[in-house]
Amino acid sequence: MVDVQFRFRDDEAVNDSAVTVDAFTEQTNATAVRIEPGDDARALLPFLDRLRLIEVNFPAWTDGRGYSSARVLREAGFTGEIRAVGDVVIDMLSHLKRCGFDAFAPDKPLNPADAQAAFERWDNVYQATADGRQPIWALRHQS
Amino acid sequence: MYKYDSYDQQMVDTRVAEFRDQVRRRLSGELTEEQFRPLRLQNGLYLQLHAYMLRVAVPYGTLNSAQMTVLGDIADKYDRGYGHFTTRQNIQYNWIKLEDTPDILADLAKVEMHAIQTSGNCIRNISSDQYAGAAADEVVDPRPYAELLRQWSSFHPEFLTLPRKFKIAVIASETDRAAMRLHDIGIKMVRNPAGEIGAQFYAGGGMGRTPMIGPMIREFVPLDQLITYSEACLRVYNRYGRRDNKYKARIKILVHELGKDEYTRQVEEEFAHLLGQGIEPPLAELERIKQYFVDPAFEAGASDELDLSDPDFRLWVERNTHAHKQAGYVIANVSLKPVGGIPGDASADQIRLMAQLAKDYSFDELRVTHAQNIVFPHVKKADLYTLWKALDEAGLGIANLDTLGDIIACPGLDYCSLANARSIPVAQKISERFGSAEKQAEIGELKLKISGCINACGHHHAGHIGILGVDKKGVENYQLLLGGCEGADTSLGKITGPGFDENGIVDAVEKATEVYLSNKQDGERFLDTYRRIGMDPFKEAIYG
Amino acid sequence: MKILTGNDLKTGAVTWWTGVGWSLDVNDAADVGEDGAKIIAREEGVQNVFAAYVIDGEKTAAKDGWTVRPAHIKDRIRALGPTVRPDLTLKPSDPEAVNWVI
Repeated sequence: MVDVQFRFRDDEAVNDSAVTVDAFTEQTNATAVRIEPGDDARALLPFLDRLRLIEVNFPAWTDGRGYSSARVLREAGFTGEIRAVGDVVIDMLSHLKRCGFDAFAPDKPLNPADAQAAFERWDNVYQATADGRQPIWALRHQS
Repeated sequence: MYKYDSYDQQMVDTRVAEFRDQVRRRLSGELTEEQFRPLRLQNGLYLQLHAYMLRVAVPYGTLNSAQMTVLGDIADKYDRGYGHFTTRQNIQYNWIKLEDTPDILADLAKVEMHAIQTSGNCIRNISSDQYAGAAADEVVDPRPYAELLRQWSSFHPEFLTLPRKFKIAVIASETDRAAMRLHDIGIKMVRNPAGEIGAQFYAGGGMGRTPMIGPMIREFVPLDQLITYSEACLRVYNRYGRRDNKYKARIKILVHELGKDEYTRQVEEEFAHLLGQGIEPPLAELERIKQYFVDPAFEAGASDELDLSDPDFRLWVERNTHAHKQAGYVIANVSLKPVGGIPGDASADQIRLMAQLAKDYSFDELRVTHAQNIVFPHVKKADLYTLWKALDEAGLGIANLDTLGDIIACPGLDYCSLANARSIPVAQKISERFGSAEKQAEIGELKLKISGCINACGHHHAGHIGILGVDKKGVENYQLLLGGCEGADTSLGKITGPGFDENGIVDAVEKATEVYLSNKQDGERFLDTYRRIGMDPFKEAIYG
Repeated sequence: MKILTGNDLKTGAVTWWTGVGWSLDVNDAADVGEDGAKIIAREEGVQNVFAAYVIDGEKTAAKDGWTVRPAHIKDRIRALGPTVRPDLTLKPSDPEAVNWVI
């Protein structure tokens, strides 16, 4: 298994090995699952309370389906770890985090200084997403 | 027009810093070209035939004089003294150095401009009606809604790696001046029977190798759900748009393959879910944006009199101006299509001159049109002659709007790495043959559009006459299309038959105009006659 | 002949492999034979060029200053510059240069 390089959670690390979505729906005791780009994240919604870890795989970083998967899971109230795995690159990090990813296990470890700069890049954001940050429009109109 | 607050400024400044860092990593070898390419594209930086090319966004086609001046200065300082206005209301520079791009972006940021998402598989610059805020026929000024969407779509974290590029247009009048239904999403601001303003959504339009006219998917989206509905449209596309084949990845293929009803059903389902997610800005935000788009301080009771004793001026007024909503004012179009010129190109000096003239005569405002021209949206009629004289002295006073001289042409094989044939030389030959005032008066409105490849940046599907350049065993060849239209009565052109060489296509255009002239009935434009008599008489004349 | 061409990383300018380095003039292009891929790997690795590729071309008798002719029109336009702006091409003072492209 590839190491988790960045994690933004205080709870204990999850080391359960992730099974495929197909295997998961048949295997009632699994606590970790891996979503591929073509999988429907909503298939997992009935099982969220027994999941500790959802890995979202990016075989190629330019395939952005995993961003929607993560948001769908967070919007449904999933509070466990969502881990980005695969071809995870520096320039995705802040956007992944905004969509609800809180752990990152890139195939190729990233330069830590560049990664930190990327995570801290945007002081403010235009959209309300899964990270709970106040978007700019909310800041403009807070009383 | 819109002014950045400290948040907007911070966003573009941050982007400049981010791109500076990306360029540093590229030059140091940390990033390979393969890794860098999608990043530079999201900043509008291409590799074209001769150099890097930078495409700068002109959000919904609106600019002020200071911005236009900087566009001219960039052409001098970092390029070769000219820029090219594009069919998506942007400007691009053809001779950019990678090392310079962070500095160019910094120069742009100083005047509230950027190159964000002008390329790449993300939501592109939002286009709109070039007469917005000035035309008499609009329900409402569409630009505040376009600005709201601009902010929502900028760095939207979920939608930066879509299956393919995504273009949105917003209009607000029955006369469609932005080819709205040929966009991935077209939005028409409308008033419902209760008198409320809302957004009518069209999805799955587009040109390219599979042209489609977007069907309506929602008659009325209330203003306090505009962003949520847009987000639903995008999420369904991001999740289910095809990624197995680049040529089938646009939303038009998804809408076509699912069927309009099924796509709409999925969007509605996602929309219902997203309504509970609190992602919609409050209406107060729209009100805040709107205050930047109030009318300029028009002079009440300005005279509608025009002295038309100068015949060249008279012709220009007839051809290149459009009715303004305010008495005593007019909308003036600057054609960037001199006879034999390069459509959409303007020199740094011309760009700066237009900037100055806009300051003097158009309340500091300019527009870029999808037909690659420039608009002075608010000109007092009393100033019109002075304005035209100044334009004319700089080679910008030609009267040919929407005629055979006013050709849309993509850069083609002279500049573009995707092109199969050159577009500009064909445009030059046609404008030389048909560009005289006499020919134009005879033929009248005829929109001719040329693309140098199937990607259709030159909108050939939507030309009354369209020309498509193809590569025929290493030789440039040109196909002729008839009957396209980008207006409210959108239609797609049909190919007449076998293609032609460069001179042959010019002759074929001439024959098509002859068929029109010998068949036209009272008041008919070329397109009207074509629609009435059909393709056959044209085919006979061209190939017979 | 096989010609190797690419773009300069920093400026984006079209360049041609001369056998020892890169030139902006197509007429300096060398025949790379079967070595194209090897040279591309090395040169892209040291960040001299990017987007490099091998094309067919021919050595021609010297005429109007041209001695190497890429087989495809796209590469001839890359070699010359935009045909609609002769002033910005490799041969700004030769109005006939455009005819070489076609």
